[in-house]
Amino acid sequence: MSEQSISDFTRIETDVLIIGAGGAGLRAAIEASDNGAKVVVLSKSLLGKAHTVMAEGGVAASLGNVDSKDNWGIHFADTVVEGVHLGDWRLAEINAKEAPDRIYELEKYGAMFDRTPDGRILQRAFGAHTYRRLCHVGDKTGLEMIRTLEDQVLHRDIKVHDETVVTKIFKKDGRAVGALAFEMRTGKFMAIKSKAVILATGGGGRLFKVTSNSWESTGDGFALAFDAGATLMDMEMVQFHPTGMVYPPGVRGMLVTEGVRGEGGILLNSKGERFMKTYSPNKMELDARDVVARSIYNEIQEGRGTEHGGVYLQIHHKGAKFILDKLPGMHSQFLEFAGVDITKENMEVAPTTHYYMGGIKIDPEDNQTTLPGLFACGEAATGLHGANRLGGNSLIDLLVFGRRTGQSAAKYTKDAQPADVSENDIIEEISRVTGFLNKPSAVNPYELINELRDTMSKYAGIRRTEENLTTALDILLKIKGRYSEIGVAGNVRFNPGLIACFELHSLLTTGELLLRGAIQRKESRGAHFRSDYPKMSEEFKRNITWHMEGNEVKSSFSTMPELPPEMVKIVGQVEGHTQ
Amino acid sequence: MKEVTFIVYRKDPSVSEEEKFEEYKVPVEEGMVVLDGIHYIENNIDPTLAVRWNCKAARCGSCSAEVNGFPRLMCKTRVEDMGDRIKVSPMKAYPVVKDLVTDVSQNYDIERRIPEFKPKEGLQEPWRVDEMDVKRSMEFRRCIECFLCQNICHVIREHESNYVGPRHMVKIASLDMHPLDDVDRSEFLHDEGGAGYCNITKCCQEVCPEHIHITDNAIIPMKERIVGSYYDPIERAIKKIRRKKR
Repeated sequence: MSEQSISDFTRIETDVLIIGAGGAGLRAAIEASDNGAKVVVLSKSLLGKAHTVMAEGGVAASLGNVDSKDNWGIHFADTVVEGVHLGDWRLAEINAKEAPDRIYELEKYGAMFDRTPDGRILQRAFGAHTYRRLCHVGDKTGLEMIRTLEDQVLHRDIKVHDETVVTKIFKKDGRAVGALAFEMRTGKFMAIKSKAVILATGGGGRLFKVTSNSWESTGDGFALAFDAGATLMDMEMVQFHPTGMVYPPGVRGMLVTEGVRGEGGILLNSKGERFMKTYSPNKMELDARDVVARSIYNEIQEGRGTEHGGVYLQIHHKGAKFILDKLPGMHSQFLEFAGVDITKENMEVAPTTHYYMGGIKIDPEDNQTTLPGLFACGEAATGLHGANRLGGNSLIDLLVFGRRTGQSAAKYTKDAQPADVSENDIIEEISRVTGFLNKPSAVNPYELINELRDTMSKYAGIRRTEENLTTALDILLKIKGRYSEIGVAGNVRFNPGLIACFELHSLLTTGELLLRGAIQRKESRGAHFRSDYPKMSEEFKRNITWHMEGNEVKSSFSTMPELPPEMVKIVGQVEGHTQ
Repeated sequence: MKEVTFIVYRKDPSVSEEEKFEEYKVPVEEGMVVLDGIHYIENNIDPTLAVRWNCKAARCGSCSAEVNGFPRLMCKTRVEDMGDRIKVSPMKAYPVVKDLVTDVSQNYDIERRIPEFKPKEGLQEPWRVDEMDVKRSMEFRRCIECFLCQNICHVIREHESNYVGPRHMVKIASLDMHPLDDVDRSEFLHDEGGAGYCNITKCCQEVCPEHIHITDNAIIPMKERIVGSYYDPIERAIKKIRRKKR
């Protein structure tokens, strides 16, 4: 092993430190930079590879290009109603109002969208959006978005350290003042001193075995914020996307875009019945994701699933030309990974862990967390989507709140004084990192990660019960008890096992709060389904928040801000329509 | 359970310059891809084995490597198509960071230098664009930046030139074919971009996992763009004579 001294680190100083380079992080970087702040971006993956790249179907904004009746009010109401009134109405309002401008702005940055016959941005239907609202480019919307933002960042004076793992947020006098990180490519440590820190670290879908999420989504931002003393919220709220691939086993969980159903795809059980007729006679396949996912789950549980444990998704009735035009990515995905030609055959699909609605609690006006100087946006933050996220609302969230967070962080730095992090604190954290290396008889972190993922999948998925959740929590706490035993050989340079040591900590934090929250929420609401409490309860129209007090995990129920009367009216329109 | 042997390239330049191939027995499950095999090794045998990956769905272009000598995405290469002994090594055109991971950062330096999209002035808002134009540019916008085309390009592998390489020719084509773009990139292509070095062997388009017609639809039109901009009868005559002499 090469010897690396723990006092060997680089000091970096900046105004705004952004952790995460997906859509939200990059959009925040652009805005902070344009507002005169010096910006450093740290990213766990290579630049341009973040999870945003996998987003397929589209980005929601009420442009009204296809359905002229659409407007921000209906988009707002759809978001609030389908979030089952658990979301922050103010976030939903901001999101719906600013969405169209963010789309046109992205277009000015160079992004291209599919067009209507008269050359305007084309919009497609998606589950539980009242109108056709999703701007898209085939089924590769996320790729186009991230490439466009990446280009903007590369042409600005923004320093990006990609393949860099952050292990700690530094605090001083009760505010966030920087972070410690190591660069995977070189194995070098960096101590970053910054006036503001933005977490744009995505979600934690890898807590489950079957997931559409990439390697990044291990809840790192949740754990960084929580350890620093910030408040997390709605951690029991995880979205299971109705349609993931089920076969062959090697690709289980891979996303099948909602665009398939948006473009006319139908769901069939093994008897050939279009079962959504029973569960949702009006909206059918295009009901909200929680409803469709539970319906599919139910069909499979009751023995009407396919031989590989899914249901059928059919689009071939639309014809080969249409499919190749509208869903080229899905066509090649099934052909190359499963040997299935979707222009002729049915797809086999089942729910897959997709999105974390819960996350870091923020102030809707400036995206600041409960820890001053620490901001959060994108999937890492919580509040916009409530108990169930609408398709396309995450991509627009990245743009709307990425921009707003960049702005507010830049503004914050104008008055904030940089604070020095002591050399002792830095060295203490570096030795914690290197402490995982070359321990005698260490436990392989992957062993515990896999045990945790198995546990969460078995006991805390779509259908939850008190008994299962408690069992899962017992197992999780045992795994947590063994955390100090883990370790890995080698050195800091590109060592997946070392990164896994930190991911395990993030996953344990995320999983523990998920389970505790799910146990406390004795009702069914949105994505959180308790078969022992199948009804929604007015008593639980509240958010469950979490923070650390000393070494203790504390929870509380927060009251929801009341909808102002003019908003009640707007929401009423959509609710009346739905019922 | 059936097993195959993975023969994996190992090197940690921070320790030594020694290169070696190590053999691992990996159990095979149906539909498994090469990246699953690498993960099996990482999870169960050696957690220090370095591999770059992200989406495992052929959408991010992170897990580029050479599998049995051919440049591929590991997440898209099925084990059952590769035989019982599967040799996995890093891309050859880039310096090795560790094991299967290479340093591809030079690509971002190139992207920084490519003149960015700049819309024409005085366009009426919101913009109108023809779907045909979107389709044409979209072929290039499918690129997932896996850099396999850069890896196979013999100009990049074997010559010290300033040629930006196929990925970046595709990028330039995607910008150039945006109907509202107002930038002439022919000077960049001609001088800094070294587009003249490409002699159209089409290796790049053969390895593209997104099946982009890199040479036919991006490089050749961009080379033609240079010719158009740099049209000069005297130059042309000189070139003709040179060609005849050869």
